[in-house]
Amino acid sequence: MKTAVVVFPGSNCDRDLAVALELITGVKPAMLWHDDTELPAGLELIALPGGFSHGDYLRSGAIAARAPIMREVIEAAGKGTPVLGICNGFQVLTEAGLLPGALMRNAGLDFVCRDVALEVVTTETPFTKGYQPGETIRIPVAHHDGNFQADADTLDRLEQQGQVAFRYAEEVNGSARQIAGILNAKGNVLGMMPHPERVVEQAHGNTDGRKLFEGLLNVLA
Amino acid sequence: MTAITPEIVAEHGLQPDEYARILKAIGREPNLLELGIFSVMWSEHCSYKSSRIHLAKLPTKAPWVIQGPGENAGVIDIGDGDAAIFKMESHNHPSFIEPYQGAATGVGGIMRDVFTMGARPVANLNSLSFGAATHPKTKQLLRGVVAGIGGYGNCTGVPTVGGEVRFHPSYNGNILVNAMCVGLARTDKIFYSAAAGIGNPVVYVGSKTGRDGIHGATMASAEFDEDSESKRPTVQVGDPFMEKLLIEACLELMATDAIVAIQDMGAAGLTSSSVEMASKGGVGIKLIMDNVPTREEGMTPYEMMLSESQERMLMILKPGAEPQAEAIFRKWALDFAVIGHVTDTGRLQLEWQGEMVCDLPLDPIGEDAPKYDRPWAPTPPRAPLGEVADSADLMGDLVKLLGSADLASRRWVWEQYDHMVGADTVQRPGGDAALVRVHGTKKALAISTDVTPRYVFADPLEGGKQAIAETWRNITAVGATPLAVTDCMNFAAPTRPEIMGQFVGAIEGMAQACRALDYPVVSGNVSLYNETEGQGILPTPGIGGVGLIADWERSATLALKAAGEEIWLVGASAGHLGQSIWLREIRGLEDGPPPPVDLTAERAAGDWVRALILNGTLTAVHDTADGGLLVALAEMAMAGGIGASVTPKGSHFAAWAYGEDQGRYIITVKPGTTLPPCPVPLSRIGSTGGTALKVEGIGAQDIGALRKAHEIFLPDMMAR
Repeated sequence: MKTAVVVFPGSNCDRDLAVALELITGVKPAMLWHDDTELPAGLELIALPGGFSHGDYLRSGAIAARAPIMREVIEAAGKGTPVLGICNGFQVLTEAGLLPGALMRNAGLDFVCRDVALEVVTTETPFTKGYQPGETIRIPVAHHDGNFQADADTLDRLEQQGQVAFRYAEEVNGSARQIAGILNAKGNVLGMMPHPERVVEQAHGNTDGRKLFEGLLNVLA
Repeated sequence: MTAITPEIVAEHGLQPDEYARILKAIGREPNLLELGIFSVMWSEHCSYKSSRIHLAKLPTKAPWVIQGPGENAGVIDIGDGDAAIFKMESHNHPSFIEPYQGAATGVGGIMRDVFTMGARPVANLNSLSFGAATHPKTKQLLRGVVAGIGGYGNCTGVPTVGGEVRFHPSYNGNILVNAMCVGLARTDKIFYSAAAGIGNPVVYVGSKTGRDGIHGATMASAEFDEDSESKRPTVQVGDPFMEKLLIEACLELMATDAIVAIQDMGAAGLTSSSVEMASKGGVGIKLIMDNVPTREEGMTPYEMMLSESQERMLMILKPGAEPQAEAIFRKWALDFAVIGHVTDTGRLQLEWQGEMVCDLPLDPIGEDAPKYDRPWAPTPPRAPLGEVADSADLMGDLVKLLGSADLASRRWVWEQYDHMVGADTVQRPGGDAALVRVHGTKKALAISTDVTPRYVFADPLEGGKQAIAETWRNITAVGATPLAVTDCMNFAAPTRPEIMGQFVGAIEGMAQACRALDYPVVSGNVSLYNETEGQGILPTPGIGGVGLIADWERSATLALKAAGEEIWLVGASAGHLGQSIWLREIRGLEDGPPPPVDLTAERAAGDWVRALILNGTLTAVHDTADGGLLVALAEMAMAGGIGASVTPKGSHFAAWAYGEDQGRYIITVKPGTTLPPCPVPLSRIGSTGGTALKVEGIGAQDIGALRKAHEIFLPDMMAR
């Protein structure tokens, strides 16, 4: 499975994501620089990592969303290439307009880093195929701006059209309807605040993130 | 040219005799810029003038030590061509004045000390001391410091994996923020700071120089008074995004062979980096000040040399390597400027607008800085603690202790730190030591910071021993072999003989423990004058220990694992209540001598426990420290969600439960396990099981109730 990880200045989960992708797909992902203007041919997954692209200055993800590489990512997403944005990657996807809504400052105002319980809301996507419907999993969060907000119509539409992928099973950051991860209408773009790449091997204490990557591999490879 | 008056000399924090020494060294009157350079280099912070002769007593060598004190950080060999590079440093004064930025730049500074040597930072820790939890300033300081540490560390992608937080009224007017960073490098790719190669280019990289932090090192070398708040402009402002770029750019350049020497611009900025690099290399250095990247126009060489703007590095490159290096720094959108060259003059020469504005011999600035053997008075021994009435409510005391400021859960703190980024954190905060995997291997570093200041205050020698021994014990408790320490010596004014006595005593105790445990000091930092209006802090020699375990899967945790297991206590129990938390929290007394540390027994007990962890005999391990036996057992029960039942010994139950005897571990084993002969006292104290912690014949407390008391303290305090 041919994958790529986009590196922005200030990304800091790029290596972790690359390690997880290689562990599960057996192939090293291509590392793309924000200034690149072309994607390698035949990509089956483009992943935007966590971190603090451009220091979170202006708004989290706002500057990275205007990087040259993002024009290519948006085009590829339009053609159906799966795109996964984790944490800051999710923020970049909303700022780039690939996903609706916005990630605001956590309701508690503090940065929060801990394992959280997540409900897998839909398994009808390549990203969540590896899970059981309604399954509760534990994946860590680590963010300051994870409070997902959108207007009521958008939230209703996300829920009705099966675009809510993950929901917090506990209060974490004030997100509307406890939404932790959403899909675009076509189902090929997923943004999520929790970090599945941090729980893929025994050393991490749990491996609930593994099934996300394994599910992708089974569907795509 | 400004004439140097006694007032100007005093404003620069120099004593009249020190100024006379300058006149003699250079044979003329310095100009203002030259005086500024002497003042920062001879500040306590940079010169260690009051502490150097005592620091020399610490053992610093072992076969695995690659670099001891004297470089940006210490380096140890951890096998397979890997090296661990680490140091701890204080940022106390800035953090009291401006907690968020003070703490943030403390983290940034210590990370630069580590990656300047070629290491990728892989773990941050913090040892924090605040005033009384009830003091009106404490809450705001705690909130700011924790947010600053998180704000900086989280952004740079270095996990903050551990540390400690304590509260004591002696820190009301002078908090301590000690930041530790550990990095990993290859042993054949370690970078040092000694300049070499006459004519080689001197290169400035990172952020631009601004007017911030001028005289920071001088401020950090003076006592606080009511005007200290007005020193806010001397606190630097950090930019963690810039630091992240700087880490990546430096490591990228370090993968080539372009660099001859490199050093970060920390305290005293461009002055200390240029002076130290040239002095260490036995060469001279000439800088063209017009080439220094500045944030604003019209900056004078005085401001440029004394600025403590953050996220800057100074490098000596091989000739001709400039274009290659510049391309890397431009890619990361960082400033890159050739600002001078290495000379054979042995002098620091600064040129500005075509004129030589500073021309000083290097030796007197660095190597010949004043060294003081200050008078010191030994700390009088404490009288033994008299009879203390036994606890009236042993289990009620447990709830109070677990919910007290010093023993309550630190979850509120570490959930604000990304402690997992890097995906190599094997043991997260809350255990005896953090365990961080060496990326791509089964090896892991065990890291712990410790000191018990109330012990050091009561008896500097025993307290110094205990600080070293406790990190050693914590690292041992996860199954790792302790290898070396970094120290961060926080004391009040060295001009007071009783304070110097504390310093001398603590160093002596630390040295004894380091020798007995084969656990040398490889780096460190001294912070003196931690007092406000004559009120000194408790002496706080913070210790950061680093150990190694060959296979993280063999490591132990403190959580009870299953019901029906045997609980054993390793080590001798005398029921020592002097300076205990129980005595302070329940009886309201800070009295008596601290518990003595028997270093022979310490080592024997630790080596025995570690061997049993590694061969898989033990199911859980926890050292008993602050709070004593019952507190340690409660922590194991809460972590595992499994209860325990123990039988008390002796006639004084509080002494049995809450005495703080040293060198002890609680271990659990599967029922019927045969333990090998133990070199220290070993006794079966009970069994695991149930949902409560039960003391036979006395009472029980449900784990849920213990956990509630333990977890609620900090959130409650911060919400008030």
